[in-house]
Amino acid sequence: MRIVPMLISAIATTGLIIVLNTQLPVGGSKTPRLGYFLSPQKGFWQNAESANASHGGEITLTGIKSKVEVFMDERLVPHIYAENDADAYYAQGYLHAKYRLWQMEFQTHVAAGRLSEIVGSDRIDTDKYFRRMGMVYAAEKTMREASKNKEIKAAMEAYANGVNDYIQSLEPHEIPFEYKLLDYQPEEWTPFKTYLFLMFMSYDLTGRGITSDLQMTNAKNYFGYEDFDQLFTNVQDSLDPIIPKGTVYPSPAVPVTAPADVDSVYLGKTNTFSNATAPVVPDKNNGSNNWAVAGSKTKSGRPILANDPHLGLNLPSLWYEVQITTPTHSTYGASFPGSPAVIIGFNDNIAWGVTNAGRDVIDFYDMKFKDSTLEQYWYNGLWNKADIKEEVIKVKGQPDIIDRVAYTALGPVMYDASYKNDNTTGKYLAVRWTAHDGGQGLQTFYELNRAKNFNDYLNAIHKWTCPGQNFAFISKTGDVAMKQQGAFVARWKRQGDFIMPGEDTRYMWQGIIPNEENPMQKNPDRGFISSANQKSTDDTYPYYLGAADDFPLYRGIIINKRLSAMSNITPEDMQLLQTDNYNVFAEMARPALLKYLNEAALDADGKKYVSILKSWNLRNDIGEKGATVFRAIWDSLETTIWKDEFEKSKRSLPWPDEPVLLEVMLRDSVYYFADNANTPDKTETLYDAVLTAVQKASAKCKALEKDNQLEWGTFKDTRVSHLLKIDPLSRLHLPIGGGVHIINATTKVHGPSWRMIVHMTDEIEAYGVYPGGQSGNPGSKYYDNFVDSWAAGKYYRILFLTKEAAAKSSQIKWRITFNN
Amino acid sequence: MKFLSAVILTALLAFATGLYGVMPWWSFAITSLIVAMAVHQKAGKAFLSGFVGLFLLWSILAFLKDSANEHLLATKVAKILPLGGSYIVLIVVTGVIGGLVAGLAALTGSYLRQRSN
Repeated sequence: MRIVPMLISAIATTGLIIVLNTQLPVGGSKTPRLGYFLSPQKGFWQNAESANASHGGEITLTGIKSKVEVFMDERLVPHIYAENDADAYYAQGYLHAKYRLWQMEFQTHVAAGRLSEIVGSDRIDTDKYFRRMGMVYAAEKTMREASKNKEIKAAMEAYANGVNDYIQSLEPHEIPFEYKLLDYQPEEWTPFKTYLFLMFMSYDLTGRGITSDLQMTNAKNYFGYEDFDQLFTNVQDSLDPIIPKGTVYPSPAVPVTAPADVDSVYLGKTNTFSNATAPVVPDKNNGSNNWAVAGSKTKSGRPILANDPHLGLNLPSLWYEVQITTPTHSTYGASFPGSPAVIIGFNDNIAWGVTNAGRDVIDFYDMKFKDSTLEQYWYNGLWNKADIKEEVIKVKGQPDIIDRVAYTALGPVMYDASYKNDNTTGKYLAVRWTAHDGGQGLQTFYELNRAKNFNDYLNAIHKWTCPGQNFAFISKTGDVAMKQQGAFVARWKRQGDFIMPGEDTRYMWQGIIPNEENPMQKNPDRGFISSANQKSTDDTYPYYLGAADDFPLYRGIIINKRLSAMSNITPEDMQLLQTDNYNVFAEMARPALLKYLNEAALDADGKKYVSILKSWNLRNDIGEKGATVFRAIWDSLETTIWKDEFEKSKRSLPWPDEPVLLEVMLRDSVYYFADNANTPDKTETLYDAVLTAVQKASAKCKALEKDNQLEWGTFKDTRVSHLLKIDPLSRLHLPIGGGVHIINATTKVHGPSWRMIVHMTDEIEAYGVYPGGQSGNPGSKYYDNFVDSWAAGKYYRILFLTKEAAAKSSQIKWRITFNN
Repeated sequence: MKFLSAVILTALLAFATGLYGVMPWWSFAITSLIVAMAVHQKAGKAFLSGFVGLFLLWSILAFLKDSANEHLLATKVAKILPLGGSYIVLIVVTGVIGGLVAGLAALTGSYLRQRSN
């Protein structure tokens, strides 16, 4: 009888296939289905792009009105030549999908709170977090409003058609690598997803208040308002605002008044709510530099603009370079995979760049509900009906989860009985955010792409609401301008820094500052404009800008200092400035440290590291040991000063920002917080604190030196991570200097995500680079081919070509023709 | 001769099922079983011809993709899986996995043939 072995081998075959066809749990994650993943005809091998692969071709598509020609240059940047705008956006959508499909969909899944659908139950909290802050609600509202503009609606639809035609052309074995790794399929793209993506950017650039407002409330309740106001002071002695000090502002069109009970009800200790931890917090360093110099300061007599947005550094990159040329405009720059048009760039007549305004546009209100059904809330002396939105969260391999969110006059209730932690029990917190108010979405960038002069620029940016930006501008006619634009809340002092009472209208926003009153500067005498996320104005501006810790101080100081001193500027000078590693914070802090340091009390190691600090050239270049020593001493000093007091609170408190401590040291040597709260019989001074800090730091430096990690580049260890945080798909240990407070703002995981310099000569001279590559495929050599140039501070000369020139250019490698 | 034809048939049919990526990746298990029933061999030889057929097919296909790609993606995947970052090991593992499935399927086929005799 051979039946027994037959059965055994049949079972073994089936069993092996089942195992190889299942995602097996390993550690905290899951393997791909190995049989599928390794199958050379279906799995990942298909994504191993040939080094000689052609990126050209002829494609026949029904979605376009006329023929579109795309020239791919040697860096894989497409130069799109279309006979009408819709066709151009169609082609842009097709190319974004061809090179970045997985990333486009993944980012919008994050924004929509749909991660659990892909990765399973681990991310349910992340999904609730994004849904409960009203991301989907806001994207829907913006889409409704923005779609009233026919041009925008047409652009979004053409773009979506392009994406979808690419998705439909994909054979099952051609889907991007990450789909195979995580085992799911691409779905249809819609214009709504573009709005979700833009909401994600709003969150990334303005969402820090989601956690900081709660933490600041903790700190205020713990220390009391008087101490809090010292620790988290809004006074910045060394501020050099975007709009120079001394500018005169007209009286405000929205006169704001604080409620009469603000001292007792709002700033007092009555609010006992405490902190909630968020699963994803926007990086505090999300910011940017932009500046422009007028012809009076340049060698050519023509203006030059520079911009580098600082964001999380990821692969595939947030940015994708593109040239779009149609009869209405010809524009080059960095675009967002997921959205039509160019976001930062230039055209034949103008160039523009953006930095984050950092203004506070997100607040929490403490709401009172009748009962746990969340159907009625107390507001203005009566019970009001809340709108209940049911969020259906799909979870991979598990039943759906229904999450009920109550929407009130003060926004969606983010924290309640069903989404809480130990500290939030019994509280209902509604989140009010300018992003909830809709807006015109992409209109501003659509118009900037086509702008010809200063008036076009102003009209374009006046449609921008959230996230507020500092828009730098230059034109071929020689204009140079900077305007901080967005829907900014007209606030009274400290309004919204803490959780506000949500029972009546008195604590509500009293208005939005009219565009005309937003800070602006055009063609200033000093010959340049700049912004680096510092406060936009001095304190004579009639509205409260928000808590000082929203506004980094030092990059603005050094940029303005350098630009003031420069003349005969060339684009190369701008490149050197953009990649400069000089540490102005250390320039100010080092003498303060040394002033308080009793060197005689140090041991040999301490003296050695202090001498390294003293001889340091104040540059955070990769080989500098002094930069690491300085960072170690400063961090140690902050710990010495803050840790004792802050640890006594059981709740999570933010530490004051670096400028707070430095400005105290520069001002005065008696400082209450220098006293160690754990030694009641002794009163420590700043002298004691600095000595302790240097002793602790030198022990740390010694350990670092032993491990060969004292040089700044090794110590900082910059990386560009894959969006899924998978190391083999990331670029690690990059040799790049810079850091916090430095113009080259590259930290471990964060920094200049796109560097651009535009010189407005007759034939535009432009340079750009970003830490990634045009292809999102980890199996392509174009996946990360810009990273090394970026780290080395090198730029690519941008090809901005007419169609005739493109056809002849030796730097054009391939040609794609879209036929209708 | 039988062995060689079984190997070649197994590989060819498996290749055909993989075209256009439409059928499930394990479809070759069925064709390998059919080959083993059609080309009758003893159990051990049947297993071996199935194994060799798919081992050769999958490792050669992977090798070709990998060479054209200059080992870029295979090196990364061999770190994720983890196989020490060796593209060669990854190619061999790919071949062995295909080979094992086909070998077992062929073994089943051979027993089935013996039973129906």
